[in-house]
Amino acid sequence: MTRRQFTALIGIWLARTGAADAAPPPSTATPFSMTEVAPGIFVRQGVHQDATAENDDAIANIGFIVGPATVAVIDPGGSLDDGARLRATVQATTDRPIRYVVMTHAHPDHIFGDVAFVPDHPVFVGHARLAGALADRGDYYRRRLVEILGADRAGDYEVPTLLVADRAQLDLGGRILDLQAHGAAHTDNDLTVLDRRTATLWAADLLFVDRIPAIDGSLSGWLKALDGLKALPATRAVPGHGPPIVPWPAAAADEERYFQTLASEIRALIAKGDDIETAVTGVGLGERGKWLLFDDYNGRNVTAAFKELEWE
Amino acid sequence: MRRIVLLLVLSMLGWTAAPARAEEDDAARQARWQDLRHAVFGDRQVEEGAGIITLDAPPRALDAALVPIAIDLVGPAKVTAVYLVIDENPSPLAGTVHFGPAADTRELRLRVRVDAYTLMHAVAETEDGRLFVAETFVKAAGGCSAPSTKDQKLALERLGQMKLKPVGEASANKSGETMQLLISHPNSNGMQMDQLTRNYTPARFIQDIRVTRGAALVFDLEADISLSEDPAITFGLLGKAPGPLAVEVHDSANATFKQSFELPGKGS
Repeated sequence: MTRRQFTALIGIWLARTGAADAAPPPSTATPFSMTEVAPGIFVRQGVHQDATAENDDAIANIGFIVGPATVAVIDPGGSLDDGARLRATVQATTDRPIRYVVMTHAHPDHIFGDVAFVPDHPVFVGHARLAGALADRGDYYRRRLVEILGADRAGDYEVPTLLVADRAQLDLGGRILDLQAHGAAHTDNDLTVLDRRTATLWAADLLFVDRIPAIDGSLSGWLKALDGLKALPATRAVPGHGPPIVPWPAAAADEERYFQTLASEIRALIAKGDDIETAVTGVGLGERGKWLLFDDYNGRNVTAAFKELEWE
Repeated sequence: MRRIVLLLVLSMLGWTAAPARAEEDDAARQARWQDLRHAVFGDRQVEEGAGIITLDAPPRALDAALVPIAIDLVGPAKVTAVYLVIDENPSPLAGTVHFGPAADTRELRLRVRVDAYTLMHAVAETEDGRLFVAETFVKAAGGCSAPSTKDQKLALERLGQMKLKPVGEASANKSGETMQLLISHPNSNGMQMDQLTRNYTPARFIQDIRVTRGAALVFDLEADISLSEDPAITFGLLGKAPGPLAVEVHDSANATFKQSFELPGKGS
């Protein structure tokens, strides 16, 4: 390579780097009105529904944390529009760049807004098993969401570029976020975030408040994960579904009671030699009236829990 | 070989046609069943099974990847085999059970995947070679393309393990007993693509489950991708046959899993 060619290459490299450092294109979407639940932590509360064409799959709690230098988005939203509006809200709130997009687990209502953040070139962060879960289920989730929202609105998932096998830290310029990867609980790829500065736990879908939890991982694993989370130095938590902020660990009580009820009733049926058909008609019914969407999810939860507990 | 070719043809039908069928009317569903009936049983007559066989499934499945179904064989005629057809599944012939002399054939329960709103058929073959059908309709979708494994790590650790459990309260005046066999196996169907390699995850599913008691066959189940993950089979056992219960499972990765269970409390 001649000296001139080398200089030219350096020039191109500098130009590209410069372009990446420049402000990403501004969003044209309408910002949300969001709650600042603790200094620098913004949460948009999702509606207590399943995905419909009307709600844009904006059903999960999503948001972002603003650090001294950069921003971490925690769950980019349930669809392209949901993500675009979250991105617009970040831009309306701060000039700091979006450095990280944390995907707390593989479910579409939390991460199909990923694509809206691609112009920011963030690091997409997830549990070490997230990539595998998306490989298995991502296309299926996408098809189902396209059926509801149409191909142009459904959004899509990005392959995570920073995988967390156990623990990791994100530094937003002096504001440290502690990431923790969990064993099978809500899913087999749950990631939680602790903001030390404000003692806030972003529990995502390890914590459901008001809306009935959905078991897509392990009932006993979820109870175990909650034990660990309750011991963290956090005084408040952001649930994946429910109010934008709740007291911690007190807010875990309802969920724990529901899981323990399922576990004890199912174990009693298994000990009697009853099968799953019997379980789905009776287990957990004392919890009806205590949860939104109970009839949509309790039977599924019982099925999943039975299938797990019969192997104990 | 004939069975393999048949399954391939059926899979092609299912693959291309399944998504559009959810909205079709009864006539189209019945036409599909007539096609399937012909593919599986040829020109043999399939008679209405009232009084001989019933098929129960939840009208709306809670989890399409785990739909519990119950086949009750209530007639006096001796049943030698049962065929389960899930009409709209990619591979509709979900399972074929051949009963042996150690089976109490009155009850059979399975857990299956259901890929689309579908008619389901159970056909009993009696000793004299007649076929009797029971039908039901199930609202469920996505059970084949969505993998149901909720904990990948555990699924690998537990591959091939089995459990045998008595079903229901022990009753002194029953002539036999009902048992449930659980087999830990992903029973994956190869319909998911690996995003990194762009290859489809190789299918790995149980092809055959053979249960014997002593020298006598209880049943042999030729299975397919339509069985749920961690298949569970509830079956009846005649009380008289001696010896432990031996299970041999063969899967599409050419692995064989064997386990033998002592049956407690059975003085012979």
